[in-house]
Amino acid sequence: MLNINNLHVKLEAEDKQILKGVDLSIDAGSVHAIMGPNGSGKSTLSYVLSGRDGYTVTEGSATLDGADLLDMDPEDRAAAGLFLAFQYPVEIPGVGNMTFLRTAMNAQRVARGQDELSAADFLKLIRAKARDLQIDADMLKRPVNVGFSGGEKKRNEILQMAMLEPKMCILDETDSGLDVDAMKLVADGVNALRDAGRSFLVITHYQRLLDHIRPDVVHIMADGRIVKSGGAALALEVENNGYADILTEVA
Amino acid sequence: MAARAALARQKADATAARLAGMTLPDGADWATSARRNALDRLMAMGLPARRDEYWRFTDPASLTAAEVIPAAVPARTEKPMFDKLDRLRIVFIDGVFDAAASDPLRETGVEIERLADAMAKDIHWANDLYGVLEAKGQTPVARPLATMNTAFATDGVVIRATAKVKRPINLIYLHRDPTSDAVLHNLIRVETGADVTLLENGPAAARLSKVLEVDVADGAGFHHVRAQGRDHERRAVTHCFARIGAKSAFKSFTVTMNGALTRNECVIDITGDDAVAHVAGACVGDGAGFHHDDTVFVTHDAVGCESRQVFKKVLRNGATGVFQGKILVKPGAQKTDGYQISQSLLLDEDSQFLAKPELEIYADDVICSHGSTSGAIDDTALFYLRSRGVPVKAATDLLTLAFLAEALDEIDDPALAADLRDRLDNWLARRA
Repeated sequence: MLNINNLHVKLEAEDKQILKGVDLSIDAGSVHAIMGPNGSGKSTLSYVLSGRDGYTVTEGSATLDGADLLDMDPEDRAAAGLFLAFQYPVEIPGVGNMTFLRTAMNAQRVARGQDELSAADFLKLIRAKARDLQIDADMLKRPVNVGFSGGEKKRNEILQMAMLEPKMCILDETDSGLDVDAMKLVADGVNALRDAGRSFLVITHYQRLLDHIRPDVVHIMADGRIVKSGGAALALEVENNGYADILTEVA
Repeated sequence: MAARAALARQKADATAARLAGMTLPDGADWATSARRNALDRLMAMGLPARRDEYWRFTDPASLTAAEVIPAAVPARTEKPMFDKLDRLRIVFIDGVFDAAASDPLRETGVEIERLADAMAKDIHWANDLYGVLEAKGQTPVARPLATMNTAFATDGVVIRATAKVKRPINLIYLHRDPTSDAVLHNLIRVETGADVTLLENGPAAARLSKVLEVDVADGAGFHHVRAQGRDHERRAVTHCFARIGAKSAFKSFTVTMNGALTRNECVIDITGDDAVAHVAGACVGDGAGFHHDDTVFVTHDAVGCESRQVFKKVLRNGATGVFQGKILVKPGAQKTDGYQISQSLLLDEDSQFLAKPELEIYADDVICSHGSTSGAIDDTALFYLRSRGVPVKAATDLLTLAFLAEALDEIDDPALAADLRDRLDNWLARRA
């Protein structure tokens, strides 16, 4: 599904090398987690994959089902099936949540050569999905993320994911700022989407999210590289011992 | 001093030269007297020039010149404005009333007459209003183009609402002649307890001078929605002079799309306690040939009144936007709540926004605030939309409309707001 090969990335503003050769391969249907200390490049990886400005790829490649991701505009990556759940979902005053989602969904459908969804079908769909995530009608009507609590913003990200049905989902610290109940709700939303044709890359600081979203593979990222990979047990090791042992071990 | 005297002389000469050969329209004695009075005032103050502080950001030359700069009349493909509404239509073609194209001037709760008919009558209520609010609005800042309009206006309507008027009155200004020079003057009196909605739309002429004098009595309501369309080369200077009585509401909204030059002045005098005055506008301009100027002056001369000025401009490809807004709170106008915001969204580095927000307050128990910003599209929001699959053009349009939404929120009637929103949406969609 997602293949990242020797990816080197610079932050343009500071001319600083952030990613220094990331290799990662995620098969269809599997869930990978990336953990790592602050500043190791986890969020940069998610931004580069989704096409945010401000980063220069100096070496390497990233493909989604064989298509060169790095060559596409952000909207084309989305239409190709990539989705990033933001660590800090953006507030957009003046744009209604429903309008936003419907515009996005239909733009993707048109890009893929499908018909637009009718207003009635869209409404039916979003109501059902919103109910599962305990998102009320008021939240759907309000401007995108404006005045939402931390938990509401994250639930809104998962709602978008559920509506857009991407095949490759990247979750960037979706657990940050969530209480235990909210995390459970978000994790349930993610788990409901787990599917043989859909893959996940879960970026997190903490093991606890991975108690709810069980990963197939856990990677440890440090200083712009993946330094260690293992099973779900690796996350527990980090939880118990911190990163220091692992980093010493691979140094 | 000598230089200033020379400048004043120069201005007087230029004004005299411009007015030479122009004759005042005929009318009843009171009408002629109002026009002569305006002509005298105009001669005394002189036509505006770029050197005038009030015209620092907008060059009035093409508005004051004897010759009209021709404006092409584009083919119209869009549906007429306000088409879905049940309204009373009054049509002007190149500034001339067209009876055949208009609905009969009859409506319950309101008297409507053509200006020329009213001004031919020896006794008419318009005597108390024509040129009166305009003259009052000349202090502290001179507005000579309005005075010139009072002197020479040949057409327009006079409207007197005596009850809640059910249908909106829609003044439709069509432009057919590429060199037309229209001078329109409209009067509206809203009597105590009455309520009326005025809609205006259309480019009107190659060059338009329009004055609207509105007298809102105590406990009355005046709602105004105006769409200044669409011809790229048209030029317009408009003035609205309003007096607002106690416990009354005045709400005016203008959307402007295209036009080589637009100067909209709104002069509001709140004279009765507990009144509300809102004036707002949204404008979208494309190209170096677009210049839009909103000049607003709100005077609080009563207790417990609220005023709002909300203006938003979207400017691209070298377009220019201007905002000059003032709130004057007179001594004794306690408990005033005055608000003013002007914002521009600059879609490229060639466009510019010039703003001069002012507060002048002589009462000590008031809340007044003003703000002015200009900026580009928010990159973070743009990326967020694109990351969800919205193409960059559609995402930019969505954020642009969102920017304008705060101004559109000022329109009370949701159907009208939706109509204007669709128009803006289409305007954006037509652009590559």
